[in-house]
Amino acid sequence: MNKFWIVLGHTYFSRLKSKAFIISTLVVFLFIFGIANIQSIIQLFTGDDELEQVIVIDESGELFAPLETSISQLDEEVELIAYEESEEVGKSAVQNEEYDGLLILELDENNLPIATYYENNAAESSLQYTIEQQLQQVKIAIATEQAGVDEATLASIYEEMPFEKIALDEATKTDEELNQARGIVYIMLFVLYMAVIIYGQMIAMDVATEKSSRVMEILISSASPVTHMFAKIIGIALLGLTQMVLFFIVGASLISTKMDTTSGEIFEFFGFTSTSISIYFYALLFFILGYFLYATIAAMLGSLVSRVEDVQQLIMPMVFLIMIAFFIAMFGLTVPDAKFITITSFIPFFSPMIMFLRVGMLEVPIWEVIVSVGLLVGTIILLAILGARIYRGGVLMYGPSRSLKDFKKALMLTKKEK
Amino acid sequence: MSLLLKNVTKKFDDHIAVNNLTLEMPERELFGFLGGNGAGKTTTFRMILGLLDQTDGQIEWNGEKIDYHKSHLIGYLPEERGLYPKLKVKEQLVYLGKLRGMTGQSALIELKKWLDRFQVSHYLDKKVEELSKGNQQKIQFISSVMHKPKLLILDEPFSGLDPINVEMLKEAVIDVKNSGTSIVFSSHQMDHVEELCENLCILKEGNAVVKGNLSEIKRSFGKKNLIIHAQESLDFLQQMEGVVKFKQVIGGCELQIMSEEVSQIIFNELQGKGFIRKFELEEPTLNDIFIEKVGEHYE
Repeated sequence: MNKFWIVLGHTYFSRLKSKAFIISTLVVFLFIFGIANIQSIIQLFTGDDELEQVIVIDESGELFAPLETSISQLDEEVELIAYEESEEVGKSAVQNEEYDGLLILELDENNLPIATYYENNAAESSLQYTIEQQLQQVKIAIATEQAGVDEATLASIYEEMPFEKIALDEATKTDEELNQARGIVYIMLFVLYMAVIIYGQMIAMDVATEKSSRVMEILISSASPVTHMFAKIIGIALLGLTQMVLFFIVGASLISTKMDTTSGEIFEFFGFTSTSISIYFYALLFFILGYFLYATIAAMLGSLVSRVEDVQQLIMPMVFLIMIAFFIAMFGLTVPDAKFITITSFIPFFSPMIMFLRVGMLEVPIWEVIVSVGLLVGTIILLAILGARIYRGGVLMYGPSRSLKDFKKALMLTKKEK
Repeated sequence: MSLLLKNVTKKFDDHIAVNNLTLEMPERELFGFLGGNGAGKTTTFRMILGLLDQTDGQIEWNGEKIDYHKSHLIGYLPEERGLYPKLKVKEQLVYLGKLRGMTGQSALIELKKWLDRFQVSHYLDKKVEELSKGNQQKIQFISSVMHKPKLLILDEPFSGLDPINVEMLKEAVIDVKNSGTSIVFSSHQMDHVEELCENLCILKEGNAVVKGNLSEIKRSFGKKNLIIHAQESLDFLQQMEGVVKFKQVIGGCELQIMSEEVSQIIFNELQGKGFIRKFELEEPTLNDIFIEKVGEHYE
């Protein structure tokens, strides 16, 4: 047990002090800082002073005034300018980027507005949308007036109808809750996905480096390969936790200072502020289990290669597995109660993400969670036993090792033949 | 009280790496392991250390199996040298020392002593990858002896070193032995084994073809070497009965003969055949025995 701590300490501290760790942590800090200040950053690029100007040729002579009032009430950054020149001159002015767009207004035979809008880009812009919407309002006003409907009737027509949904199952989440859960689940899934890939790779690399530099043989003559493997997995896990805790502290402190500003709305949207504590518990549980599942596989694969360069190739299948799990989870965000999602939430390689998604988004019976976690833990134990054996053989095996045939070879090395 | 291998066999699939090997390695002694590439030396060492399980047979050290509870008593220098390239010499050795049951403090004291001895103290804070191969080997050697093991296994300790470093390391090995450590070591180089070992074993394809005490092995080998320097041509000796090998050298020839008696016949034969400057009967070298037994030449 003593040696376990020595290897663990070595793994943890040598990584902690490494430049790669410090730099990657700082980069994420910057990223978090950026997110926290997203409002200011967006403002920096759009700028307040950039008034969008649209020139209007009003052939009807009566549409410009109501449209301008309507738009100015809505968005102060759009300015309509009555244009005196011809259509052609106006078009070339837009092409020369003197103005953002050209709007031509006419009336049809029913005295209703028709508009033609010129802009440089084909893509739909928010400017176009604004104008279209407001023009629609103007049209409705004119049309209803023509039909002799008074303002009060009009208002009552457009008044929103009271519609309330009440779920009969009291445990289910309301729509609002579901949206908030979706935000937090999405972020947690993404963190899990990144962490498993990054730390899994780190383990595989660490093992492969020790193997390729041939220091492994000394290590395993001092401490058993099994001790060594688990010390490594847990050492990297602690490293990961350290990093996560750092991110969390920085993130949380930034969020709390920004809560009252506009950036706060974004966090609220992602449900950071109002989700129940149980989701954090499940996040941690599935995070740890998911990590151990993939870390064990990574250590096993790392022990099979002789050169660090081969690591990428050999852990590819594992990365694909994680990616598949992630994509299923992404799909599940929109339809968390699909049959497919329910089934995959019990499959150990997917369950860390998908069962978490389900408990985050739905009310899942507790026995389902227990079964899923049980299967996952069972798989981890099985993989750990298998992994320890492969590791023991694998670390002594050198030569070109790229195929899964090596699993068998590594197992043979540790087998006693009588 | 020694290291004992009883009928040890190791099979990899169908390939037999070590075949029914029985050896006794006395305590506080240097035991030499000879053999070509793939003869089974490293496999045997790995089995002794418990890194591999033998297919059959027993390995005992002082009557017990070697396992990880004893690893602080064992030192190991693997054939493939390996250290963390990115770690500093100090960090590296302290870590490896701790794994062998030392405290960080005592590891530091011990490693400084050894670095001094090898005149490489200034590498204490250097990364291993910055060191020359020979110096890396010294660091590796230190890692195998710094915890004062009772049993030291050295796999090809002298390969790839220049003669000065070989001497330095040889002296260190002898000192370690004199301080009470039993040492097992393998080598391709016969002269090192001849110089250092009292007991040895020659492996060929997993079989022990020669084993036992060095001087006894030489005696029982029977064949002797005869060196003759003479003015006249000595070519006629090639045809003589009892002469196994004949090699022309400057000023004379070197013979391998079946037994001591043959030398007397040759001595009589040479009477009246001109001036003899040198006539010398020698024990066979380990190299001769090795070539004879293994059938290939290694140097």
